[in-house]
Amino acid sequence: MEQIIQQMVNGVSLGSIYALIALGYTMVYGIIKLINFAHGDIYMVGAYIGFFLTTYLSIGFFPALILSMIICSLLGVIIEKVAYKPMRNSTRIAALITAISVSLFLQYGMMYFVGPETRTYPNILPNSQIKLFGTEAVIDIKNIYILVVTIVLMVLLQYVIYRTKTGKAMRAVALDRDASELMGIDMNKTISYTFAIGSALAGAAGVLVGTYYNTINPLMGAVPGLKAFIAAVIGGIGYIPGAVFGGFFLGITETTVSAFGGSLYKDAVAFAILIVVLLVRPNGIFGSNTKEKV
Amino acid sequence: MLELKNLNVFYGGIHALKDVSFKVNSGEIVTLIGSNGAGKTTSLRTISGLEKAKSGEIIYEGQDILKKSASEIVKMGISHVPEGRRVFSTMSVLENIELGAYTRNDKDQIKKDIKHVFELFPILYERRSQNAINLSGGEQQMLVTGRALLSRPKLLLLDEPSMGLAPIIVNEIFEIIKNINKEGTTVLLVEQNAKMALQSADRAYIITNGKIELEGTAAELLDNDLVKKAYLGG
Repeated sequence: MEQIIQQMVNGVSLGSIYALIALGYTMVYGIIKLINFAHGDIYMVGAYIGFFLTTYLSIGFFPALILSMIICSLLGVIIEKVAYKPMRNSTRIAALITAISVSLFLQYGMMYFVGPETRTYPNILPNSQIKLFGTEAVIDIKNIYILVVTIVLMVLLQYVIYRTKTGKAMRAVALDRDASELMGIDMNKTISYTFAIGSALAGAAGVLVGTYYNTINPLMGAVPGLKAFIAAVIGGIGYIPGAVFGGFFLGITETTVSAFGGSLYKDAVAFAILIVVLLVRPNGIFGSNTKEKV
Repeated sequence: MLELKNLNVFYGGIHALKDVSFKVNSGEIVTLIGSNGAGKTTSLRTISGLEKAKSGEIIYEGQDILKKSASEIVKMGISHVPEGRRVFSTMSVLENIELGAYTRNDKDQIKKDIKHVFELFPILYERRSQNAINLSGGEQQMLVTGRALLSRPKLLLLDEPSMGLAPIIVNEIFEIIKNINKEGTTVLLVEQNAKMALQSADRAYIITNGKIELEGTAAELLDNDLVKKAYLGG
């Protein structure tokens, strides 16, 4: 029993990270139909920004989190302007190749500046643990931080998307680009906002991972980036609540697999789930089955 | 008010508009008639900035708007209701209408204008909180027309408003178009339903294979033998 609760707690934390990254994937896909493979690397950059802020400037967890989000959102906007905007009217495969190039550029660019070695995050959160309801399962206070930060960010995102003018414009563009332009929606501005918000969430995930798992390296974005992509596909890419579901589902599944002694196979399980979803429901669990418009 | 001069547009390698020239005077209903693929939709898309022309001019209120972006053109007072209704499917009717006012910031007046749209289309008020995808074809056409009015257009571009609708609904839609025109909005109407269009319009142009073939008052063209044969079924 303790074991199960413990793994659920770990799974929710891992799932939060996946969900935060998956949101950026799904939002960008929704609006420009591009799988932004550099997204996982923005999360890596976010982790490094958090690392430098906390280590060398010794600022606290929340200021580091917020600063990292801001810098990552700027980075996301710049990447879109420099790399993706010129490719907007080219084929999707060309845009995809560009995204992969940006990903490699960020990974090896970071390696050039900070070196390839693993860095250790300082302990910036209290190191206390809570016992759960008189059982032996313990919750690290960090788990609570991760979950609370994730929930707050998701509520904020929900607010932005459903209540603000910019959010409505983003939804409109995702639904019908031409019709949105005819409403007078500024395409460039809306796409920039989408990258800014998605990248900020990835930056937050980076800082959370740094504080939770303590170690970071320049290639750390690759695998979680793929996992978050799987999470977005599971939930139906382009569909925001789907990304959140997919993230938590994948996080909990992975920790459960590890708990039953299969930690070597947890990545394989994630990809197996992807294959099954693509075979059975190619549009994702919540994806609509609407045909492409003619 | 609007004048197209020798407009040439290429659409995926096809020369879609060949030296197209026509004009719309303030207060008129002008209709552009032609069969599928003749260049009607391309004309409207080029006016509203969705397609870029290779050469030519589009003069609107004394300015060449050819190089302007779609959103600038909306702000200048041209509102385009695209072909195939194009509602924002998973957004509510009210949200759809509100998006029509995207370029505006005068909140109080927007509220009044939304009320006015609901007066024009009472059925939309009844369905204001439903998702647009659940509306019937006629209701969706009303929705996109009402949505287009929210930008307070001086010129309304309508692309095949009758497409796929039952005849009784088509009549209703054309009545609404005439009313909108009476309230002071100039209308450029693209139609395959030539008879309805000519009966509602002041002037008309016939477009074939990307070229303007005929022009005249709507009454003249209704009487023209060529038009009768090709577009009015004998």
